[in-house]
Amino acid sequence: MAVTGGYQLQRGDKRLILAYIFIALAHLAVGILLGFMQGMQHAGIDLYKYTFLAHYYQGLSIHGVYNALVFTTFFIAGFLHFAMTYSLKRPMHSTKLSWFTFWLMTAGLIMVDWALLTNRASVLYTSYAPLQAHPAYYIGLVLVVVGTLLLLANCLLTYLGWRRDHPGQKTPLPAFGVLATLIMWGMASVGIAVQFIFLLIPWSLGLTDGVDPLVSRTLFWFTGHPLVYFWLLPVYISWYFMLPKQAGGKLFSEPLARLAFLLFIPLSLPVGFHHQFLDPGVSTGYKAVHAFITFGVFMPSMLTAFTVLASIESGGRARGGKGRLAWIKSLPWNDPSFTAQVLAMLLFALGGISGLVNASFTVNLVVHNTMFVPGHFHLTVGTATAMTFMAVAYWLVPYLAKRKLWGRRVALVQSALWFIGMAIMSRGMSWAGLMGVPRRTALGSAPYVLPEWLTAFNWMAVGGAVLTISGLLFFVVLIMTVLRGQRAEDIEVPLAEPLQEETIPWYLDRFRPWVIGAAVLVLMAYGPAIAQLVSISNPASPGFMPY
Amino acid sequence: MHIHPYERLWIRLSVIMLIVFGIAIALSSLTFGIEIPGATRRAVATGLPVDATPEQSWIRELGPGRYEVNMIARMWGFDPNEIRIPKGSTVTFYLHSQDVLHGIKIRGTTVSMMVIPGQVGRATYTFDEPGEYIFLCHEYCGLGHHVMSGKIIVEG
Repeated sequence: MAVTGGYQLQRGDKRLILAYIFIALAHLAVGILLGFMQGMQHAGIDLYKYTFLAHYYQGLSIHGVYNALVFTTFFIAGFLHFAMTYSLKRPMHSTKLSWFTFWLMTAGLIMVDWALLTNRASVLYTSYAPLQAHPAYYIGLVLVVVGTLLLLANCLLTYLGWRRDHPGQKTPLPAFGVLATLIMWGMASVGIAVQFIFLLIPWSLGLTDGVDPLVSRTLFWFTGHPLVYFWLLPVYISWYFMLPKQAGGKLFSEPLARLAFLLFIPLSLPVGFHHQFLDPGVSTGYKAVHAFITFGVFMPSMLTAFTVLASIESGGRARGGKGRLAWIKSLPWNDPSFTAQVLAMLLFALGGISGLVNASFTVNLVVHNTMFVPGHFHLTVGTATAMTFMAVAYWLVPYLAKRKLWGRRVALVQSALWFIGMAIMSRGMSWAGLMGVPRRTALGSAPYVLPEWLTAFNWMAVGGAVLTISGLLFFVVLIMTVLRGQRAEDIEVPLAEPLQEETIPWYLDRFRPWVIGAAVLVLMAYGPAIAQLVSISNPASPGFMPY
Repeated sequence: MHIHPYERLWIRLSVIMLIVFGIAIALSSLTFGIEIPGATRRAVATGLPVDATPEQSWIRELGPGRYEVNMIARMWGFDPNEIRIPKGSTVTFYLHSQDVLHGIKIRGTTVSMMVIPGQVGRATYTFDEPGEYIFLCHEYCGLGHHVMSGKIIVEG
């Protein structure tokens, strides 16, 4: 397989990617500060009164949307644009479409920002009807999603062009991962598209009188769970195809890496009912089906655990490491980008296990809507994704800005602090959850708080404070890199080669059979349940804005 | 396609682990008397008391130690928000929402569910231990979400 060396992105592409990353990180900064305020609120310190924010729930809505939707989506758009063009060594099919996509997403984002910051959309990240937000919020989010679909279109056209010019060649791995990610997401976005365009937008504009809350919620989770794989697969692009090179090694198994990405296309989709186990009105049988498919989607992540760790080991041994475990000492621990991603993996293992707990049909009863759930997803999207994106920024921003990374040691401290802070905070959250503490609640003002909960709340607050310091250091490093970093033309882009050159079966380099399989599986596991919900739907709920 | 023997082993073990978990979940759902809200429970669905509707709350004693409670959730409280029953009582709850989504979790029991406008939630629990059982809303429902709670007093 072709190792990409020497290909330089076009200047316009670099500017575009930097613009995506800038918007992503600016929103992350706000999101982190709001997280700090939430931790303090749980410990009994109300910081909201010193800000323009109306209350805890406005802050919580911004925290969720900025961190989990805006930071992720904009960073992913930039990173996938980079991985696609760099690994295929060709610019996007249409530069005009690339910029149109960016401006469309940004326009949507401005609408979302306005609605959130003016307390017109304090409906939290899930926007469950009959809570109603300002139409600008829904329309803005739709524009952002449409942008991601335009990115998919542009990447597909670029890929088809590459295939015409390279008959008989395997798709380069990072581009392969980009396509799997976007194709999965394209299929997943159908739910939220229908929900927003046909239900929520007309309803918020006053064109319809009501919605059916259960139908709306079901459509949301059709997209809402695959969304987490939209956050995760770009992380896997880095772990499989870049991190082995940073470790000094090679990708352990190319076919299994491809298989893992392809498995996510069918298995990510028909799992949404595991968010609705406790919904009256959804059939128990379909809930059970989704519970088992959710276990299935754990498999590609198990494949990833083996392949990625084996790839890292190949790096440790290539750098002279010996012994059963002594090779670990030979790994490049002084490289913050490497170290951050390995630390992210450690916590992600716990995140995966707590995810299995959530997805377990009956055990979920104990943890449903408790603090256990944020305890879980701060280890996944808040660590695996956020920390890996930070780690990617530690080489991608220097590459794009042609500056060496400023403050390598500060970056190492930052990574360690994120790991420690998240371990403390998530421990507090999981513990609180097992004691029955509800999530998404201004606990500092709740009348039913028990004394034995308070220690866990303090863990959450302390962890949040450590994370905030880590976040500040991250921004210091990046800002100083761009402003004061030593100029350098030759920043390396880490791209790993497979350990073995081998031919792969055709179905590991084609998406069509997997897309068809996904469509069939979705129709079977979702089709009848949704058809039945829609057939008896009663769109009678008017909107409420109690915030 | 070449797969390393260790990796084959790893894949097998992973599959076995998930199958064991799956069996454990299936067994637990059949044996522990856990009730997962299911089927279609519209306000007009069959198998419910005719007056289990979102309009009016009530508590009814069906027989010695057997109760039904028709409970209404609205911003930001439950109606009724205090229930007194003798120790050993079996209570079936019917849950309705008059406005937005709510949730209910009765601490120290297996009762936890979403309360969705247009649907009826049902759960049954036997209160063997005397004491105070706090129940609270566990789905965000607006500004007063965190004050939405009530209690069941089980008299010994």
